[in-house]
Amino acid sequence: MTADVGVGTAHSAGRFVGQSVTRREDPRLLTGHGRYVDDVVVPGMLHAAFVRSDLARGRITRLEVDAARAHPGVTAVFTAADLNPDAGSLQPTMFQGDTPPSPCAPVRLLADGDVRFVGDPVAIVVATSRYVAEDACELVEVDYAATDPIVDPERAMTETDELVHPELGSNIAMAVPTPPDPDLEAIFESAAHVVHETFHQHRHSCVPMEARGVVAAYEPTSGELDIWLSTQNPHEARQVCSRLTGVPAHKVRVRAADVGGGFGQKYFLQRDEQVVVATARRIGRAVKWIEDRRENLIAANHARADRITVDVAVDAEGHLLAARLDHLEDCGAYPLGGTGGVGPFVAMLFPGPYRIGRLGFVSTAVWTNTSGRGAYRGPWMLETVAREQMVDVVARAIGMDPLEVRRRNVISSAELPFTTAMGMELDHVTPAETLEQAVEIIGYDAFRAEQQRAFETEGRLLGIGIGLYVEPTSMGSGSLGVETATVRVQPGGTVTVMLGTGSHGQGVETTMAQVVAEHLGVELDDVVVVQGDTATSPFGAGTGGSRTAVVAGGATREASLQVREKVVEIAAHLLEAAPEDLEVIDGQVSVRGTPSKGVPLTEVARVAYNDPAELPPGVAPSLEATVSYQAPPITWSNACHVCTVEVDPETGLVTILRYVVSEDCGVMINPMIVEGQIAGGVVQGIGGVLYEHLIYDDQGTPLTTTFLDYLLPTASEVPEIEYGHVETRSPTPGGHKGMGEGGAIGSPPAVFNAVADALARRGATVSEQPLTPTRILDALADV
Amino acid sequence: MDEHRIAVTVNGTRRESAVEARRTLADFLREDCELTGTHLGCEHGVCGACTVVLDGEAVRSCLLFAVQADGADVVTIEGLGGPDGALSSVQEAFRAEHGLQCGFCTPGFVVTVTQLLRENPKPNDDEIRAGISGNLCRCTGYQGIIKAVRRAAETGP
Repeated sequence: MTADVGVGTAHSAGRFVGQSVTRREDPRLLTGHGRYVDDVVVPGMLHAAFVRSDLARGRITRLEVDAARAHPGVTAVFTAADLNPDAGSLQPTMFQGDTPPSPCAPVRLLADGDVRFVGDPVAIVVATSRYVAEDACELVEVDYAATDPIVDPERAMTETDELVHPELGSNIAMAVPTPPDPDLEAIFESAAHVVHETFHQHRHSCVPMEARGVVAAYEPTSGELDIWLSTQNPHEARQVCSRLTGVPAHKVRVRAADVGGGFGQKYFLQRDEQVVVATARRIGRAVKWIEDRRENLIAANHARADRITVDVAVDAEGHLLAARLDHLEDCGAYPLGGTGGVGPFVAMLFPGPYRIGRLGFVSTAVWTNTSGRGAYRGPWMLETVAREQMVDVVARAIGMDPLEVRRRNVISSAELPFTTAMGMELDHVTPAETLEQAVEIIGYDAFRAEQQRAFETEGRLLGIGIGLYVEPTSMGSGSLGVETATVRVQPGGTVTVMLGTGSHGQGVETTMAQVVAEHLGVELDDVVVVQGDTATSPFGAGTGGSRTAVVAGGATREASLQVREKVVEIAAHLLEAAPEDLEVIDGQVSVRGTPSKGVPLTEVARVAYNDPAELPPGVAPSLEATVSYQAPPITWSNACHVCTVEVDPETGLVTILRYVVSEDCGVMINPMIVEGQIAGGVVQGIGGVLYEHLIYDDQGTPLTTTFLDYLLPTASEVPEIEYGHVETRSPTPGGHKGMGEGGAIGSPPAVFNAVADALARRGATVSEQPLTPTRILDALADV
Repeated sequence: MDEHRIAVTVNGTRRESAVEARRTLADFLREDCELTGTHLGCEHGVCGACTVVLDGEAVRSCLLFAVQADGADVVTIEGLGGPDGALSSVQEAFRAEHGLQCGFCTPGFVVTVTQLLRENPKPNDDEIRAGISGNLCRCTGYQGIIKAVRRAAETGP
């Protein structure tokens, strides 16, 4: 079911933009002809496997690799002593400046002298097959002197001589203190209610179905480093690999053909892939490493893992006057660029769609002997989790329905632009409209009546939860704010667009072709999108951060319009017509209202390339344009999630009854893909709240190392998601807004609130996740 | 390491090979037969990405050794469409209903659903969900996949 409301402007479906066209990626993927990194075969290619630490913290007292090196079929076994001295910087490009934006771990290529989490790579073995490489890993002998690990982030906050990174002298990765704010305290002192709660968001992660993988080939005579990589961000990977190996960037090529999901985990290049690249460079051969699932669950970056305490000052009418946050973030041992130290983002975004008048916050990020924190679909989404869960706590505390609390505090369209307590300017958003649309679709009042009846007459525990948020998409800072598109009409009249994106499931080959077809005026099938290859695409910052529609889409649209302008100019000359009288539709340039008077794009292209003498005076041959588009600092999108659940008081099982998302991502390029992105994010959020948990024991040993232990949601657990769309154009070209992450931002608090609402029938409360049957039964037993 | 001679019919073509006893059927298909459509998502039998049909039954090729398939008839994702690249009704339905995003789990789903509909051509919604609950997808939230199974069941093979 889909509902639509146009706000501000009418719905903007064009000839191609706004249409749910089926994806051109699909036929190859459906028939087994996709090209993922593990499908790449290079002549002479060798296979790598890692020896990893099975200890969370300790000194390496003996590392013996001779037996492994002597094993038949083994080409090389490298340890830190072999690879680390020659390695350049391992840090992402954004960390290359003098002042890193967030905690910067002293990362080593291979563990050197000590190990700092279970999974820390100690040695790499390269052999004729993965089977042989794993055999030889068994022959590597490592002895450790174990020391007590720092596993609990609360313990990392205390004074201790046990340091995750001894060279840093502290387990505090980042501390953002709060300056005294008498005005804030005055609000709290005079407020009718002060409500306090602490939420724990547990460790879980991206878990793409294709784990990480790389094939790296170094050819010594040409000095070229060729890399096939499962990545969201090929140009960043090229820069990292160039710094790492010393091979100049113009001789490094990174290709990502089909990528089996990322969700943030494949945005930055991690250590393991870097080790493989350094190894290939060292031995002058092609080396393949395909991560197995155990490695992915213990050594690829983890996510979430926060504790946040929230105090809210509320007046007698339920208005949220002010909030104080105390945030503790677990960075693990080696967080990946820009993903540890999210506290300031959490605070900046906490007011969200509400008129919260003032905010104070303290944030501390700590190192622990666990796998490092990385980006996961909305890396700072704790702000929405904390805020939306807190709104429900406030509602229960003051005896008001949580929908009513939201209605009294949500920013209305009439108040836009609105500057939040943290100085963020909201505009072109519709939180109030999406809230109302979502509750209307789900039938909020009727559900409340049914909830009461079911409890009073049958003792059943039904609940409803809301998650409302505004999302800063397509952040326009640094390289993230820019994409470049080259749109080229080929001599034969078909069109190629080259982009710096890194599609990994978003259907960028389809959506960007829609943008070109719309604005250049050609048939969809006449457009091909080339991306995911540093040799053939302009520099770009890949696909992530909900940025492709806005930033790459903006560049693509502008480049298409420039080419169209040239097409029209040439056609006007050929037709002896005025350019302003011409239109371009489906590859045909014709005089508006007189379709018989026209010239096909194929002829314009022929002239542009093969018959330059026919061109208008002063017009250069060829038919292409390259445009770099700089996005504004933030393009806001927003959505409201509402879901209903039933909690079985006997088993603790949560069943999601209905799930509604009302969203405003501006002009949709492809509504089918938009809804698909939302659905994927929603189910990741459901999994996160109810099932998924990366667990360490107190010695830092990961206990969830298979899909039997780390539970992903299956088709049996998910509801049928219902959608509502509100469309407010963004001020960016095309009016699009980012939306790839939003599903995973709004769903966790919606699910959590619904369960908490059901438990509240019996006076039970929860504040920690995941909401496993055990936790729910414990909560009910505590009443 | 000792090798064993095996003969397996894969997508109608007889393949003879010498394999180590420990070689998985998945690796045999992907590397020896160069049929890379069969994907490995966990290598411990949970995710279902490696599902193929062996003598008429959907199986996890990561949990079988190639030697266990000696003499068997195997159909992989590459064997489901038409020879001219035409999509099967199940593949068409996945495309029409946006039942895939990154595509990595997709071959396993398509094989599973094809086999499911052979065994139960008109499944109800509970049977559909149960029938695909042994396959994991991280992108779609299963929304388009469930719709695709319904559509494929309506259109028939």
